[in-house]
This record gives sequence, structure tokens and C-alpha cells, in this order.
Amino acid sequence: MSRKIFPNATEALSGLVQDGMTIMAGGFGLCGIPENLILALRESGAQNLTVVSNNAGVDDFGLGLLLQTRQIKKMISSYVGENKEFERQFLNDELELEFNPQGTLAERIRAGGAGIPGFYTKTGVGTLIAEGKEHKEFGGETYILESGLTADISIVKAWRGDAQGNLIYRKTARNFNPMMATAGRVTIAEVEEIVEVGVLDPDHIHTPGIFVQRILEGQHEKRVEQRTITQRETA
Amino acid sequence: MPWTRNELAREAAKELQDGFYVNLGIGIPTLVANHIPSNIDVTLQSENGMLGMGAFPYEEDVDPDLINAGKQTITELDRTSYFSSADSFAMIRGGHIDLSILGAMEVSETGDLANWMIPGKMVKGMGGAMDLVAGVKRVVVVMDHTNKKGEPKILKQCTLPLTGIKVVDRIISDLGVFDIVPGGIKIVSLSPETTEEEVRAKTEAAIV
Repeated sequence: MSRKIFPNATEALSGLVQDGMTIMAGGFGLCGIPENLILALRESGAQNLTVVSNNAGVDDFGLGLLLQTRQIKKMISSYVGENKEFERQFLNDELELEFNPQGTLAERIRAGGAGIPGFYTKTGVGTLIAEGKEHKEFGGETYILESGLTADISIVKAWRGDAQGNLIYRKTARNFNPMMATAGRVTIAEVEEIVEVGVLDPDHIHTPGIFVQRILEGQHEKRVEQRTITQRETA
Repeated sequence: MPWTRNELAREAAKELQDGFYVNLGIGIPTLVANHIPSNIDVTLQSENGMLGMGAFPYEEDVDPDLINAGKQTITELDRTSYFSSADSFAMIRGGHIDLSILGAMEVSETGDLANWMIPGKMVKGMGGAMDLVAGVKRVVVVMDHTNKKGEPKILKQCTLPLTGIKVVDRIISDLGVFDIVPGGIKIVSLSPETTEEEVRAKTEAAIV
């Protein structure tokens, strides 16, 4: 057995999680979220977590499960619309929230993983987001300074992976996962299938194994948030 | 006679040009996809990581790994590509998207946009809106001309927290099409039977 492969999410997290840690969790809505590792994080009982994730799940699935158990102290997200428990905790000052524009969040994570401590962007200039941030002109346009983000642990979800930690994502389940894989001090990937090393086409690997320290095969419910369909014309 | 939601989407579809890469926001902007003229080629970008967005799937083709930015299940096309959120916003912030059509709560006469937050109410977040208005070449807003109380939403200055400053190029409301120009907003066209007097009465921004 490879050093990187773990039998399940609970064992993959063991010895890593401590109270007060910063955790990055991949996914957009409920698409491409590390379902198994979120459940294992809930089991771990870790408290006062700062969670970086584009969204906060729904009440009974995804990161919503960690809100139910009050394990999250602070969220860094771009949109948290579909979660009643989130709303309740936030309005009662039980939960801190830092909104980042979605592209700024993605770039902060990409930069953090790439060893870049800050970058300038025009996103948010003149808005609440810009308050207290350094402003600088480039070519006559104003930009604000944003900082790179890293995490103690990143939990990501991919489609297929191997014992080297190489990962391939599927369709729009890729989203924030590749950048988060680079930005964790330790990155744990859950995949639908672990294949033999050499099976994945080296030209098609999205996340090279160097970014992934632990990998496990999980069971995925893949819940759909908005099931929109086209009706077939009845002849 | 004010335009309906569907007529608004049809008006907004006139913004589309052959070869355009376009990002459509949630709500009425999404309906613009139903009005793309058949004689032009337009590629829709979804900021969660997809270029070349198709229609909603048939029941048996629903794929939980394939959603749009509104978290709705969708389909891919022959031209489709998938990418990370960082690459997606490189397209958006980097000025590679030709047109963004999105909704608004308020627009000012200088093109400031407010569409993400009402203080005192639950704040859901800006999602990708701030990046879109900062980076996309042309920003078109689709909105109701007034709020539910009949008060203007096109103002001298926005009262709500901003999404971006000086970012809106054109407003398409249920009463007409308006461009942001130096000094205020300019009437491009009006919906049937709508008069300039009515628009002036329902608009706080200067009309030039």
C-alpha cells in the first residue's frame, strides 16, 4: 500500500485536525464537495474552525453539517444563500463571516498555493470590499491589494486519483478544488475511484501528486441542488 | 406598456453579437439564452467553470457534476470546455468576456451598480458579480424601472452598498433601453406606449 492511500476519510484525517485550524473545502454549491471528509471532520469534533469555501452547504448536507454542530467559528466565502442555520447563527453573532468576491477568493487561494503573498485586482474598487486595503494605480486604473490564502488542511474532491496523489476532476465539479489542493499545508483528496499508477494519462492530470499528501476512495451521494430539466415533447 | 420578463430578455438578447463570449446572471438574464438569434454564434460562460453551456438536461441525463452558476443542472455542447474557478475568473477579470448581463437593485447616473446587499437584511454574498462588472468589456443591466412601491431605482447616487463604480454601460428596464453617458442617462428606446414624461417621472437620475 502506498504511503498516501488511506482506507477511509476518518483515518485520512487522523492525527491532523486540531481546534482553531483553518480548513479549505472544495466545491461550488453541493457540486464537487468532499462529502466524506466533511463527515469525518464532524466526527473529529474539532472546534473553532475557520473554513474557506465558496459556499456553506445546505442545512443537512455539505458544510451545513459542521454548522449544525457549531464547529465553525468563521467562514470565508463568496455566497452563502441557501442555508437557514447559517443565517440564524450569523444574525445572532454566533458565526463570523468574511465575504470575498468569488474571483478574488479563487485568486487568493491560487496565489497562496503558489507562494504569492499578495496581488492587485480591480474587483471591488469603490465598494465595502476595498475599505482598509492598499490602493495603487497601474496604467491610470485603480487596483486594491488582496492577500494570498493558505490553510492548515485542504479537503478536496476529485473524480479519479492514484497512489501518487495525481488527480483528475470531472466537469463542473472541478471549481475550487485544484487551487485548494495547492494551498493546504496538508491536502487530503477524496476520489470516486483510485486507479493504478500509470492509468491516468499524464497529459490529462489536473492536480499533480506533489500537492496531495493523503488520498482515499469515498462513497458519494452527489446531491443536486436545483434539478432543472427539459421535458420531452410527447408525440 | 411595460415589457414583461420575457420581453425584457428578448430586448437584452439584441446585445448579443456573432462570436461573443457572454456571461448571463441569475433571473431574467438567464432567460436571454432563449432568445439568441439562430444566425449568430454565441458562447455562454458559467463562472463555476464552464464555457459552452447547453440547455437543461432531459430527466435521464441529469448529472450532479454538471451545473451552472445558479446551481441548476445543465448539459454540455460539442464546443464545451471545463476549467477551475481561477481560470474562470482569469477569463472574467482578464477582459476576455465580451458581455455580462446581470440584474440590479439600483443603478446611478454615473453607472455605479448595487446588486448584492441590503443592510439589515440577511446578506447572501456577492458571488462573482463584483468580478464580472470590474472585468467584462460591456456590462448591461436588466431591471425593473421602479421598486415595488413605485420609487425610482435609477438614481443620482446609489443608496445601497455598491457592487462596482462606473461599471454599467446600458440599462434595459421594463420601460425602455437607456445608456449611461456623460451627464446622466440617455433614452435609446422606450417600450410600447411608454412616454418620455412617464420615464422622467419614474427616474431620479438626470436624463440627457
